Amino acid sequence: MTPVLEAANLRVTFGTTVAAVRGVSLTVNRGETHCLVGESGCGKSVTALAVMGLLTRNAHRTADVLRFHDFDLTRLPERAVARLRGDRLAMIFQEPMTSLNPAYTIGSQMAEVLERHRGVSRAAALDRAADLLGRVGITAPGMRLGQYPHQLSGGLRQRVMISMALMCEPELLIADEPTTALDVTVQAQILRLLQTLQRELGLSLLLITHDLGIVARMADRVSVMYAGEVVESATTDALFASPTHPYTRGLLRCIPVPGSVRRGEPLGSIPGVVPRIAPDYTGCAFRDRCAHAIADCARAVPRQQAGVAHDYLCRLPSDWARAEAA
Amino acid sequence: MTHAVEVRNVRRVFRTRAGMLVPDRVVRAVDGVSFTLAAGDVLGIVGESGCGKSTLARVILGLLPADEGEVLIDGRSLAAMDRRERARLIQPVFQDPYSSLNPRQRVRNIVGLPLAAQGNIPIAQQRDRVMEMLARVGISADMADRLPAQLSGGQRQRVAIARALVLRPRIVVCDEPTSALDVSVQAQILNLLAELQRDLGLTYLFISHNLAVVEHIATEVAVMYLGRFVEQAPVDALFRDPRHPYTRALLASVLTPEPGKGIPDVGLGESYPDPANIPPGCRFHPRCPLVQERCRSETPEGIVRDGRLTECLLVE
Repeated sequence: MTPVLEAANLRVTFGTTVAAVRGVSLTVNRGETHCLVGESGCGKSVTALAVMGLLTRNAHRTADVLRFHDFDLTRLPERAVARLRGDRLAMIFQEPMTSLNPAYTIGSQMAEVLERHRGVSRAAALDRAADLLGRVGITAPGMRLGQYPHQLSGGLRQRVMISMALMCEPELLIADEPTTALDVTVQAQILRLLQTLQRELGLSLLLITHDLGIVARMADRVSVMYAGEVVESATTDALFASPTHPYTRGLLRCIPVPGSVRRGEPLGSIPGVVPRIAPDYTGCAFRDRCAHAIADCARAVPRQQAGVAHDYLCRLPSDWARAEAA
Repeated sequence: MTHAVEVRNVRRVFRTRAGMLVPDRVVRAVDGVSFTLAAGDVLGIVGESGCGKSTLARVILGLLPADEGEVLIDGRSLAAMDRRERARLIQPVFQDPYSSLNPRQRVRNIVGLPLAAQGNIPIAQQRDRVMEMLARVGISADMADRLPAQLSGGQRQRVAIARALVLRPRIVVCDEPTSALDVSVQAQILNLLAELQRDLGLTYLFISHNLAVVEHIATEVAVMYLGRFVEQAPVDALFRDPRHPYTRALLASVLTPEPGKGIPDVGLGESYPDPANIPPGCRFHPRCPLVQERCRSETPEGIVRDGRLTECLLVE
């Protein structure tokens, strides 16, 4: 498989006080969905923005490798990155209302993408926009082109965002919590749509979410993030069949699953809160919340293999959970 | 027998001016809701955004007057109670602990305010009850002098819960109490709410869009759609045998962490519900996968079978 996106040891710091991304490595292959999952503040969105080159000015980004196809994103000048963005590399955000411009019609915002990157006429761009709106399940696309974002429901806006991201047929789509602001029934519709489009267009998808249910149903590969690091990475089947990092295991126990709830029995939960991580932090960031922490966890922890293409960042042996259950 | 909460045919509309010569938009947020809730029970109310669940909560809390209908707390009309008395009976916990706590007040004052507002509780007793309540919800004494900004989201929600319980109310209305929190923290707060409910014999109205969360805590579940309860049943019955097509769609859209199952087709089509434009007949018919001709004109109000409310013509 050909990697579309490859990152190794990606780091992002803000000033001297906050390390948001601490050595993230991940690969998104062609046509694959890679899920980046974690709780708020774990650095998953900053990772996405770092790939897109959309970090704020006070951010500092370094990486051993940050490659999109043959483009070395660490060396590419900003103007060249801007040409890729919205063209071969596209992103959709959580809140479609704040990422669409309220002062322009849907049609004008969608057409601009194609006019700018491909230099086509407005009329041709609008045709393509209408075509795409139809593709994402919007009825009467011609009428929608003349409407403003506030005239659409949340689900429709997110469909507009998706079709706008697809205007130039990108190879990689980064979707940051695309359904978090939506109702559950609409969420299912949008996720189905993303899957269909991915199959039809051979799209690679980097999907950022906090919801392990979405991960299970969408991902080919999963990276679990905690405090700026990927603490476990595996194929989806392997991750859910044998979660190995104590954080991954804890997270899975926290989810109430309909039909398997026993009343009166407490849900699994993880005590404590996510620590603030300064750039000079060492050791396992999860150790204050981990039932298995020992003094050694304050030192650098090893990245170990739990199986084929399944690694985790913890001192425990890969069979610790099984050994404990026995 | 008196119920802890009795809601009789409550309606509430909102009017927004659309402009000159254009008729006002009339949003029927709560459109005839009735139910009773026994002391010690937990009624989970689920529904999607705009279904009126938060408006209903505010009416039951007395924060918003009903246009029609009546709310009885312990058999007495809410409208006839004064604020202090109401506060001793029923208290809210809201979704966003970032905006529901005064950012300039210290934790001990936030939790103590309901006691101080009663006007007849000695200061020393107020202080004791605040510290006792904070300890009960897992906030250590040294955090009592902090400001909300110095607390995490989960800690803030614990403070909001302490504030709701400090007057020892009988009924707590929880409006999406865990939706703003991370999963690992959500579980902590849910466990705390369940434990307090059991230990203190509280009655909860528990509003959420998350069915799995509701199943965990509720004894009875109501599904709300465009301002009405379209289905109501004991929690086991509702999850084992959902009868309304909307309830089934909601259940089908829950994404459990099971790889390989794919994304379900909930079959609801593309027409989104608009509370300013409630369809005639069955209000769910434009989205219903089982719609029949008569659903477009007949209104399925108050259909009860085997003691279960299901507002659907097809269950008859």
